[in-house]
Amino acid sequence: MIEWSLFAESWPSYASGLWLTLQLTVLSLIAGLLLAIPLAVLRVSSNRWLSGPVWAYSYFFRGTPMLVQLLLMYYGLGQFEWVQAQWDAGSRFWLLFRDPYGCALITFALNTGAYTTEIIAGALRAMPHGEIEAARACGMSRFTMLRRIQLPGALRRALPAYSNEIIFMLHGTAIASTVTLVDLTGAARNAYSQFFAPFEAFIFAGLIYLAVTFALVGLFRIAERRWLAHLQPRKPLGKGA
Amino acid sequence: MTQLTVEDLHKRYGDHEVLKGVSLSAEAGDVITIIGSSGSGKSTFLRCINFLEQPDAGRISVAGEEIRLVPGRDGHLKVADAKQLQRLRTRLAMVFQHFNLWAHMTVLENVVEAPVHVLGVPRKQALERAMAYLDKVGISRFKDSYPAHLSGGQQQRVAIARALAMEPAVLLFDEPTSALDPELVGEVLKVMRGLAEEGRTMVVVTHEMGFAREVSSQVMFLHQGLAEESGPPAQLFGQPKSERLRQFLSGNLK
Repeated sequence: MIEWSLFAESWPSYASGLWLTLQLTVLSLIAGLLLAIPLAVLRVSSNRWLSGPVWAYSYFFRGTPMLVQLLLMYYGLGQFEWVQAQWDAGSRFWLLFRDPYGCALITFALNTGAYTTEIIAGALRAMPHGEIEAARACGMSRFTMLRRIQLPGALRRALPAYSNEIIFMLHGTAIASTVTLVDLTGAARNAYSQFFAPFEAFIFAGLIYLAVTFALVGLFRIAERRWLAHLQPRKPLGKGA
Repeated sequence: MTQLTVEDLHKRYGDHEVLKGVSLSAEAGDVITIIGSSGSGKSTFLRCINFLEQPDAGRISVAGEEIRLVPGRDGHLKVADAKQLQRLRTRLAMVFQHFNLWAHMTVLENVVEAPVHVLGVPRKQALERAMAYLDKVGISRFKDSYPAHLSGGQQQRVAIARALAMEPAVLLFDEPTSALDPELVGEVLKVMRGLAEEGRTMVVVTHEMGFAREVSSQVMFLHQGLAEESGPPAQLFGQPKSERLRQFLSGNLK
């Protein structure tokens, strides 16, 4: 027996939950990527003072569960008097850490930033040495080489691994529901307690996650066709070539 | 006018001294080929000229301007001014054994890249120039292909067009045909002959003895880090003085 009324009555709360899920996913991915690009460059530096701190950051965030990170951020920080004093003083920055939305966003961004840093750093290391020599030999400065040769090459090569990271992040945001946020998973929990129909409540959420995942996979397939054309087998020289 | 002077170049890796004082001088229009068995230091010599390898001692001038060097902490020489090196590197274009095209760029983008982003040539002008050089090496119909979709010979011709687009004082070729299938060697050598006939200044490290004999104005035979013999090709190939050169030629000319 399926509780059809659950779908009919609670879809608006699923819709607003999906909207929050997408916000958290997209915003944390953008922030994480912006963080990861410079950090990846530092990560592959031969200078330990530059690569060391990035290594520590990335190992902390990849070595601990994102749920623990979120709980630490949301519940843990408030334990310190100094942080409380900042809240009392009305510090906009520190108040972000009292807000569940701010905490979730910061945690997710730092977490995906760590994974993305490693993905991009790996792609930078995989750059064929000859291409770098060619850039040096024609008089490129290190910055121009990074901007024109290394990063464009690496970001393209990182695309397949990064598309996995995006899907992990979409699914990872489900833990936002543990800090009072009503994302897609949160909406499903609410529906469950309202209708006592756990299967319907969670399968509905699951199907929505699945649909978004498929949409993302499709988008990345298009992106890879566009930006990884140089790594794909040659198409027969047919039309107009 | 002297385009390139190298004086008394030394290079060692640990205890192994690869170059023991090699000199070279190229006037405008000279084609200097460097021959020698593998391990003789010929590639290292060429790579030291534009500092892809750090020479330990010596002097290098490009179009009359000397690259300023200072002793580094480890006792080896080091470039005093990175900006000067970058500027002089734009005057020395290099063609590599393994082509080293930028894989994520199309053929045309490869040729336009450095003129626009290093020399600051306006894009429109750089595109026209690039197309002219791609025409010259016979590859303009592949302008929108990616390097991985071309044959080795085609890739090397693109690499030559990329080097030409810098309009350099000297073209450096590091074994440009060694990585090619035998049937593709000819198309690259043909392009290089054309460039020599145009009067471009070239320094070519090669195993192609036919090219060295017919095209070069001067040949240098490197052996164990020293220029064992050098002079016009007729002399080196016709009456080699050194016993080692004679042995080398008898092994390489069949």
